[in-house]
Amino acid sequence: MSTFSIIGKRIPKPDAIPKATGQIIYGHDVKVPRMLYGKILRSPLPHARILHIDTSRAERLSGVKAVITAKDLPPRRFGYGRDRTPLKGDKVRRCGDEVAAVAAIDEDIAEEALELIRVEYDPLPAVFDPQAALRPDAPLIHEDRESNLFRHQEYVHGEPDRALEEADVVVEDEFDLGYVQPAPLETSFCLAAFDASGKLTVWSTTQIPFLLQKDLSEALGIPGRDIRVIQTAIGGSFGRGLDMYSFEPICVWLARKAGRPVRLAFTRQEEFAVSEARQSMRIWARAGAMRDGRLWVREAKVLLDNGAYVSWGTVTTLVLMETIGSLYRVPHARVVYDSVYTNNPITGAVRGFGNPQGTFVVEVQMDRLAEAIGMDPLEFRLRNANRPFEETPQGIKITTCGLTECLEEAARRIGWSEKRAAPSRRGAIARGVGIAATMNVGGGARIYRSDGCGCIVKVDDFGRVTVLTGATEIGQGSDVVVVQIVAEELGIRPEEITIVNDDTAVTPWDVGVHASRTTFIAGNAALRAARQVKAQILETAEELLGASAAELELRDGYVRIREAPEQRIPFDKVVRARHFRQGGQVIIGHGWYDPHNEMLGPDGKGNISATYGFGAQAVEVEVDVETGKVRPLRVVSAHDVGRAINPMYVEGQIEGGTVMGLGYALSEHLQVHEGRVLNLTPFDYRMPTIMDAPPIETVIIETDDPEGPFGAKGVGEMGTNPTAAAVANAIYNAIGVRINSLPITPEKVLRALKERGS
Amino acid sequence: MKYPLTLKVNGETYRLEVKPHRSLLEVLRDELDLTGTNDGCRTGNCGACTVLVDGAPIPSCLMLALDAEGHEITTIEALSAGGELHPLQRAFVQRGAIQCGYCTPGMILSAYALLQENPRPTEAEVRRALVGNLCRCTGYVKIIEAVLAAAEEMASADVGSR
Repeated sequence: MSTFSIIGKRIPKPDAIPKATGQIIYGHDVKVPRMLYGKILRSPLPHARILHIDTSRAERLSGVKAVITAKDLPPRRFGYGRDRTPLKGDKVRRCGDEVAAVAAIDEDIAEEALELIRVEYDPLPAVFDPQAALRPDAPLIHEDRESNLFRHQEYVHGEPDRALEEADVVVEDEFDLGYVQPAPLETSFCLAAFDASGKLTVWSTTQIPFLLQKDLSEALGIPGRDIRVIQTAIGGSFGRGLDMYSFEPICVWLARKAGRPVRLAFTRQEEFAVSEARQSMRIWARAGAMRDGRLWVREAKVLLDNGAYVSWGTVTTLVLMETIGSLYRVPHARVVYDSVYTNNPITGAVRGFGNPQGTFVVEVQMDRLAEAIGMDPLEFRLRNANRPFEETPQGIKITTCGLTECLEEAARRIGWSEKRAAPSRRGAIARGVGIAATMNVGGGARIYRSDGCGCIVKVDDFGRVTVLTGATEIGQGSDVVVVQIVAEELGIRPEEITIVNDDTAVTPWDVGVHASRTTFIAGNAALRAARQVKAQILETAEELLGASAAELELRDGYVRIREAPEQRIPFDKVVRARHFRQGGQVIIGHGWYDPHNEMLGPDGKGNISATYGFGAQAVEVEVDVETGKVRPLRVVSAHDVGRAINPMYVEGQIEGGTVMGLGYALSEHLQVHEGRVLNLTPFDYRMPTIMDAPPIETVIIETDDPEGPFGAKGVGEMGTNPTAAAVANAIYNAIGVRINSLPITPEKVLRALKERGS
Repeated sequence: MKYPLTLKVNGETYRLEVKPHRSLLEVLRDELDLTGTNDGCRTGNCGACTVLVDGAPIPSCLMLALDAEGHEITTIEALSAGGELHPLQRAFVQRGAIQCGYCTPGMILSAYALLQENPRPTEAEVRRALVGNLCRCTGYVKIIEAVLAAAEEMASADVGSR
């Protein structure tokens, strides 16, 4: 029986009312006096030398206040691969590369000024196929490198070669996983202003406010201590804000040159054409099993197309490695990957971060292995499911693990046994069900030297509690989670808490919102800070109530004696009693939490997260064999989240993640031809609408993680990871064809049916 | 060259001068500071800029501001005038239908227009009415629940007041 008063309650986010009424201020809404509008001139060519740039006519246009090219900027490189400058001076390496930028008194004039800039290019041979990019005679994209290979890595545990010989059955597949975009509804935004002393303030929709300070400093040579990042309300992000991209230092430099604040916002077309996408991957994979139902071995060779520059997104291969090496018990595994430069669009982080790709490979092949040994795919999964408190050969230390329960619940609720037994066919319409599981980091992910987050909790004389957290709210509900944790610990109502989360000059450090880490990490930091406040309150209450701290509790806005609850003092009165006396003190608590996880070694091994989330999705689909159209009818999504601090927003993460996964499975695809993105609107990109979203039943499995705040683990990405595999498996169940290329469009379904000859 | 424009928004009349190519979206946001109307795609694809024009939901990015003269424009700011949340706003808040919130004003206005015409819609009717409003966060599940719950509440309040 839960004794919590706030944890586990469906409490609306603090920003919900401002968002429902239109009062919230997004980046796009921010205006400051004397603000100018920035625009970027981009390369129309995928690979070319820049011979000459003439900006003179643009500079003369009335209303233009600054024009910059690479020669205005300090010659500094930035980015995960230190492979680019904000503006390109010698050559462009992709369509959309930044060549010049202007700031003007309105957007019309800024656009007109771009048209007045003349750039002479000398086109170079370009390479768009990552395989071709590895050939010795391929055009070299970065001339200071020996080849277009960015990184080669191999991961091995057990003896995969011997295991492939030993296995009773081996399946082999090639997967072709296309580009998708995070595509949040608010486009990329930056507003930069310098004060008279040269200090910079940037208003941003970033996911990494504290690393943005550092990144801007590295790109522009401005000392980090002179950079303040203020986060506006963020209209979605899904990974887009995990890196700094060129437009941000460009915006800053326009502001410096113009001596006025500059706002730079992408159009939707720009967002699709030049902002980062999920890496397209080609994966060749084998998996083997024993007839008795033991999963025996997995092997994957991955070719990852970074595009023209690398970002943190290239680290997605580590996540993919973890999925292939550790989702289900697999005694032998090998992953080999090459991540490659091409003249294609840049790629970066998108929700799931390599896991949707890895899970697609693992879970399609789990189905294929089950079929090869004549076992029900659910049974095969249950046999090989990860168990609580075991270490995988990769060094992943699983603590709580509800994978078995997730698989069983998802299967039961979709009607697995009845429906698998008899996939129905009525006329052209076939129905089938499929299942897939996921494992995701749920206790941070140490890809950066610190995986920490800080929190300060202070209480004013009236009992109002202010929480300063490093955590970034991108819509997911981190604010309400932090508020609920503090409210529970202090025995006060959530409405009595003000949360401040938006200013690097005010809030303690956090590595950023990524890797489903915020509830776990920021939640633990908030809990630590709240515990300090609680200790201070109790210390004073001991005197006032004449009882020891051990006998007291904080509940319903009072400090009271547990065994005699009528003996109580209001929370705010204790605060004042501590403050207003000789030698008095105000109440401040601080918390810092950096989990005991490890960076992966060069061999790809190590315990990257302090705990792991698990989940399973079962999907029922309908396939029209005449049109090839696949319609998801229903999804059951069961997830081990440790504990749901707020079940409403846990469901929100899973439901939203699932529909994003359905988009990846069935419709979303950035169409790229010779490096140029062709589909530049949400319709053409085929972002799921309300008509595409099936009913989703969410099942929350609570395993009470020993390290999580009140037992919670992360959940942000898990909904997206298994969906495409579950859909592909359901399609196979319905019509007996396998489609290993995403998205599974009607055209591919019809082609597969034709090839099979039905 | 700017043209005079008399715009009626949320019951107030504004006399403005605007360039002829300015969309209603731009004028609402830039001239009137009604930033609850969000700018998502400027191609009428996403619905973030939905406003009501004489009660009908319209993507304001596709309407020239000058063409809005003589029409009654309603934006999200009007729904909670007087400080009280509209039942739709309350349902969106309480049922977790809001994450990043960028789609929310447009969603609520499209739903508002639906409930004016059809106070007791089915789930399928809600889906049809909101098909022009994209949401990237919620998977739409809680948005549908919120609209149905608000309809229920409004309809029973209506019955109660008779």
